[in-house]
Parts: sequence; structure tokens; C-alpha cells
Amino acid sequence: MKSIFVDMLKNSRPFRFGVSAALFLTIMIILSFFSPYPPNESFLVMDDAPPSFQHLFGTNSRGQDLFWQMTFALRNSFLFGVITAVISRVISLVVGLYSGYKQGVMDRVLMAINDSFVIMPVLPILILLNFLLKEKMNWFIMAAVLSLFGWAFDARLIRSKAMSLRFQLFTDTAVFSGFGTRKIIFREHFPYVLPIVFSTTINNMLWAIGMEVTLAILGLTNVNDPTIGVTIFWANQHQALISGVWWWIAIPVIVTVYVFTGLYMLSISINKYIDPRTRLQRKGRN
Amino acid sequence: MKKKNIFKSPFFKYLVQRLGQFLLVVFVGITVTFIVPRLSPTNPVEQKINQMMVSGANIHPEALESFRSAMTEMYGLEGTVWDQYRAFWGRFLRGDLGPSLSSYPVPVIDLIKKALPWTIGLMLTTTLISWFIGNLLGGLAGYFPEKRWVKWAELGATCIRPIPYYITAFILLIIFCFIIPVFPTSGAYARGVIEGFNLKFIGSVLYHTFLPALSLILVGLGGWLLGMRSLVSNIVADDFVLYAEAGGIDQNTIMKKYVIRNALLPQITGLGMSLGAVFSGALITEIVFGIPGLGQLTYRAVISFDYSLIMGVSIFSIMGVSVSVLIVDLLYPLFDPRIRLG
Repeated sequence: MKSIFVDMLKNSRPFRFGVSAALFLTIMIILSFFSPYPPNESFLVMDDAPPSFQHLFGTNSRGQDLFWQMTFALRNSFLFGVITAVISRVISLVVGLYSGYKQGVMDRVLMAINDSFVIMPVLPILILLNFLLKEKMNWFIMAAVLSLFGWAFDARLIRSKAMSLRFQLFTDTAVFSGFGTRKIIFREHFPYVLPIVFSTTINNMLWAIGMEVTLAILGLTNVNDPTIGVTIFWANQHQALISGVWWWIAIPVIVTVYVFTGLYMLSISINKYIDPRTRLQRKGRN
Repeated sequence: MKKKNIFKSPFFKYLVQRLGQFLLVVFVGITVTFIVPRLSPTNPVEQKINQMMVSGANIHPEALESFRSAMTEMYGLEGTVWDQYRAFWGRFLRGDLGPSLSSYPVPVIDLIKKALPWTIGLMLTTTLISWFIGNLLGGLAGYFPEKRWVKWAELGATCIRPIPYYITAFILLIIFCFIIPVFPTSGAYARGVIEGFNLKFIGSVLYHTFLPALSLILVGLGGWLLGMRSLVSNIVADDFVLYAEAGGIDQNTIMKKYVIRNALLPQITGLGMSLGAVFSGALITEIVFGIPGLGQLTYRAVISFDYSLIMGVSIFSIMGVSVSVLIVDLLYPLFDPRIRLG
């Protein structure tokens, strides 16, 4: 494992970039616990100071230090993405594996539901929900709702893999040894779909964080807890660009681009390693 | 010779399946919008009215009464849940989404109709452009993976793909409106230009919507390019392509008729899905650049607590997605003879 990591660091530029972004994210999240300022309070430092050594990312019109604000924002947004990804992975695993293994009527019913969820636009429903429950909405509920919509596409991927596993010899062996459905699915088939689970996790996380930003810009989330979206929301509220506080928008934008691109590169470079087809392809066609 | 029974043909089966899927999506979507307000622990209608009062929004008392009765009928808690559900469907089928609260007594449906051309115009052109360019480049990239420009295009696409569309919008806004101010910051056309079908108006619209359109095209492009490239590079390794190459068919024919046609199928489905995302596709872009489409309508509705408008936009966008997916599904047999012929 360690040697694979070192090899990839040496040979894959996207992987290096991804690791750097992941490191940045980790450091920021750790730093958030040592912040000298509480996250929810404003007017703690001089307002509208441009980036300097004292305030690395500058300060905003609400008198908050943007650097420490970003540490909280990244922590909250990241956590939100992780929770969504985990819940929706569980749903897509159960549905995908079961549906692919069982086939028949259950499969058709599940896939009809699945296709509906693939098509259904989640944003208007989320807007409606947040609009109505704003005070009672916390981001755990929001993550749960997002996962209800985020599992469908990946369940299809898992199902197609499970369908091919069903006809392999080891499945027959397992059936004849008296394994029940649950045991076959989770003991025998689960390890084979792990790469799919892994590769979809990061994309799902990024999607969830993106949704949160969209809702926050609309002012539909709890705008007191800093997240990436909330930072942009306040910048918009104070018309940061027009009043010349450009770093207020630029900082979250740069950080988002760096972290999103980095995590995405990380996922595709690991995918390339996991999926033998892409390796073969490269050898074959050169 | 026995006549072929049309009801047993694979095409008919496909049609029935797709229509069934469409009805299921509409059913689930409408049911969800019916259930969501009822999850709220307090009466959503009264809650919203209270919120508006507290926020000091200026609302005509007559508007309030009419709103209350319309909302109670539509989303309210009168009668059994079953009765409410039936009434909800009745309203929906008549296309009556109630009056807008913030601009009473204009019906919600009229507001949506007015905003829709902007959103559709922006989304349709940008989606089609990015789909076309992305697939073209992606196809070439998959077929000639060793070319130098391909590597650069791939790198660019990989960098831009994971970036959310509104972040791209902000970047373009900062660069082209503040650092190098060559484009207007907001609005769909210049002040003082009268709406109408004349060159001045169209020119103004094009100038004002260039940046938002560019931001949407850039974001879409990366996804289509990468998707098409991986599809093509898989198909190129297939046996039938190898066979065609061995048979001496010229490269252009192989690329056009063997590879691209096969690779395009999933991309066409994808096109249908992203055309369906008219509503959510450019929500923030419209707000950032001040284009009076559905996104901005939603934003206004959220700010002014216009419950009926939000409800209307939600229902409308669910319908929009399912209809456009259905249309693409029905057109699909034109591209894929396997469904036509079975």
C-alpha cells in the first residue's frame, strides 16, 4: 500500500495535485479547532482589510477574518458532503446489489423507482423544503434529503456489475453451499463493487457541497453557520464586488476551485489505478 | 405471410415502457410536492403569512385573504388527506397554480410564462453548443489519443469539469466586469432599449448574455468532452472496429459510421437529461448576471416569501424535466435502429 502511494506520487501529476488539495483540506479542518475567533460572531477584527500577513485572506465587511472563516466553512461543507455521500452510498449499494442479484419483479419495480429518481430534479424540491422548514432545518436533515436523491444513478452502476457477478461460478458455489441472499450480496458481491463505490463517493460529495452552496446563495440555509456557500451569500448581500472587497468573493472561489479540482483529480487518478481496463488500454494503444 | 402484430413489436414495448416511466415520474414528483408542505410541523400557509407580517412585507389585505383561501384549498389541511390530494391534482391538471402573492393578483403561471423564454433561450443555446463542441472534441480525442492538442484539451476539461457552474460565473464576472471591464455586470439588455424583435434589442441581449452563456458553455464542455472521449476509446478497442480496420475500410468511415454513431447514443440520453435541467441549470447564473429568467423569479420568490410562486416553479420544473426526457426517449429510436427493428 505504501509503495503504491509513493509510486503514484512519483508518476501521476493529477495524483500529486489531488493529494496536495486533500492535505490543504485536512490542515484547514484541523486548524478550525484552533481558531482564535468564534465562527458565528461578527465585528471581531477591522473590516474590509485586504489580504496581508496579519489577515492571510483579508477580512470582510462583517469584521470577520476570512482565513479562519474559511477553516470553519471547509469543515462544515466537507462534513456535509461526507454525510450525504455515506448515506446515499448505503442506499445505492443495497438497491443495486439486491436488484442485480435477484432480478425478476423486484428488480423491475426497484429500477422503475430508480429511474424516476434519476430524472427528478432535486433542486426545486430542496428549495421548497428549505423554504418551509428553514428554522427547523439543520444540515443533517438536508444531507439526508440530498442522499435520497443522490443514490439513483450509482445504484444503476452497481446493479450492472452485480448482474455480471450473478453468473460467475463462485456465486453458484455460494448458493449450493447454502448461503442466503444477504450473505451472498454482502460477503461475495460487495468486495467487487467497492471500486465503484469509491469512485462515486468523491463525485457525490462534490455534488452535495455544490447543492449546499446553491441553496446558501439563495439564503435558504442557516446563514449563521459558515460554509462555502454561506460565505458567498454574505459577500453577495454586502455587494462585495461593487464595493471593492473583491477578495471576499475571490477567496471562497479560489478555495472551491482548488479543493474541487483536487478531489476530482484524486478520484480519477485512483480510478485509473483501480480499473485495469484503463491501464490495458494505455498499453494497447501506444 | 403473416402480418406482424404491432402490439408485440419491440418498438411498441419500448414506447409503453417509456410512457409508463414518464407517468411514474410525474406522479412521484407531484406527490412529493404534495407531501413536503405537510411535513412541516405547523400549518405552512399560516406560518408563511406570519413570516410576511413579521418581515413587514407590504401586502394588500385583499391579497392576503385570497391567498389564504387559495392556499388552504390547494395545500391546506381541509378535508381528509385523500380529498386534499385529489383537489391538488385537479388544480395541477387545470394548470391553475394560484395567484402570486408578491405580485397579486397575477397568476403564478403568467409570471413563469414571462420568465421562461429567457431561461430557455439561455439554457437551450448553451447546452446545444457545449454538447456539439464537447462531443466533437471528445470524439476526436478518443480516436486520436496521441495528438498533442488532445492532451491539452483533456487537461483543460478535467480541470474545469468539477468546478460548479456558478463558480465559473463568478470567475468570469470578476475578470471581465471588474478587472478588465468589457462586459456589463448585470441585466439581460441595456437600459432604455425597448423589448421587441429588432436588431438593437437582439444585439443588446447578445452582448449582455455573452458572459453567462460563456460560463455555462465552459462548464458543460468539459463533461461532454470527457464522457465522449472515454466512450470512444472503449469502442475503438472493440472487435468490430478492429475487423473493419483489418478489412481496409477507410478511417473516416470507421470513425463516422462505426465509432461515433455508437458512442453518441448515451450522449443523446444525457442531452435529454441536461435539457430537462432548464430550471436548475442556470439558477445562480441568472441571479449573478441579473437575467430575468426562472432562476431570478425563484430568487425573488424566496426573498418575498412568495410561497405559491415557489410551489409553482417547483411543479413546473418537475414537469419540464420529465417532458423533455420523454421527448428524447421518443426520438431515440431514430438514432438507434436496434429499438426500431428489435
